Amino acid sequence: MIAVRDHRDKIAFASLFDHFAPRLKGFVMRNGTSAAQAEEIVQDVMLTLWRKAHMFDPHRAQVSAWVYQIVRNRQIDVARKENRPMPEALKEEPEAEPDATQILAVEQETGQLRVALSKLRPEQREVIEKAYLGELTHQEISNQTGLPLGTIKSRIRLGLQRLRHELKDLSE
Amino acid sequence: MPAITHHIPDPMMAAYASGTLPHAFSLVVATQVSMSSEARVTLQAHEAVGGIVLEDSSSVAVSDGMKSNLLSMLDDSMPEEPVYARNGVYPAPVMEVLKGREPRWKPLGMGVKQDILAEDEFGSVRLLYIPPEQAVPDHGHNGLELTLVLQGSFSDETGRFGVGDVEVADETLEHTPIAGAGEPCICLAATDARLKFNAFMPRLLQPIFRI
Repeated sequence: MIAVRDHRDKIAFASLFDHFAPRLKGFVMRNGTSAAQAEEIVQDVMLTLWRKAHMFDPHRAQVSAWVYQIVRNRQIDVARKENRPMPEALKEEPEAEPDATQILAVEQETGQLRVALSKLRPEQREVIEKAYLGELTHQEISNQTGLPLGTIKSRIRLGLQRLRHELKDLSE
Repeated sequence: MPAITHHIPDPMMAAYASGTLPHAFSLVVATQVSMSSEARVTLQAHEAVGGIVLEDSSSVAVSDGMKSNLLSMLDDSMPEEPVYARNGVYPAPVMEVLKGREPRWKPLGMGVKQDILAEDEFGSVRLLYIPPEQAVPDHGHNGLELTLVLQGSFSDETGRFGVGDVEVADETLEHTPIAGAGEPCICLAATDARLKFNAFMPRLLQPIFRI
């Protein structure tokens, strides 16, 4: 992804395609979208990935989290014909060196989160999947007492906590 | 469950991340995330879970030719999209809904003003302007109301809310918000139902002001 972002590397983009396109198609089809329409969405998402690569910041998110946000936007756009309001993009320090420790922390925490999710009881895991596939309303999520939202937040907090202070410095 | 919080509750953040939160509330969440690094970190945690669900989705092979077709599109010129920047106390998501213009304040009486940004069958979202130390009529709620402070502050029976704080009020709360001293209080307020005012006049005026 970094090669795509910094060097506009089409070979690197092709391997991102090989990884994400079939998963995206599977993800989109899970809510009953037809294969043909799913491919249109996948194409739009992959194009956005290429065009907005400059907005990807490995200090804050893994590629999968960023792709998730893009595909949900596209699905909402297609289903409801409305743009989801998005937060302000953070201003990047143009001279800032990549912080390998922070990037690694984000990777490790995502890995730990994945392990934690894989240990959930099947019915809990199913609720998580339904929620993040966009199949539960806000009310339904609120009513799901078994949903470990607090755990999700705390699992990924430690590394991001450090980042929080840096973000604060940037925004103030 | 407490009726009031100063941050976006977890289920609402999860609903925003997954895209099921109605537009009016989504605008408040996106704006709060723009103002608070704490909220941004929380949103990123939810997006990380979404990313894991995506990664673990079973793959479905894409059509032959899709990849080469896509690769041939990479050099096409990009469609121009307007990008809105923060303007004063209004973060980018608010400026986007305003389409870059200044708020168009409509008086509601007693110096209180509003600009309705959007409304649909699921609710409405507006900017509210309350002069210093002015009270907004005592009101209850049919549904959920989110009020995010962009400038100044307000207080009610449940506490004080400063810049970046969000009050989440459900139908159990009847309150009389009062703006703090100093700067006028400017809020972004979203609701999924019409507010119920207790005083006779505001109720009479409700259809006119669409509160």
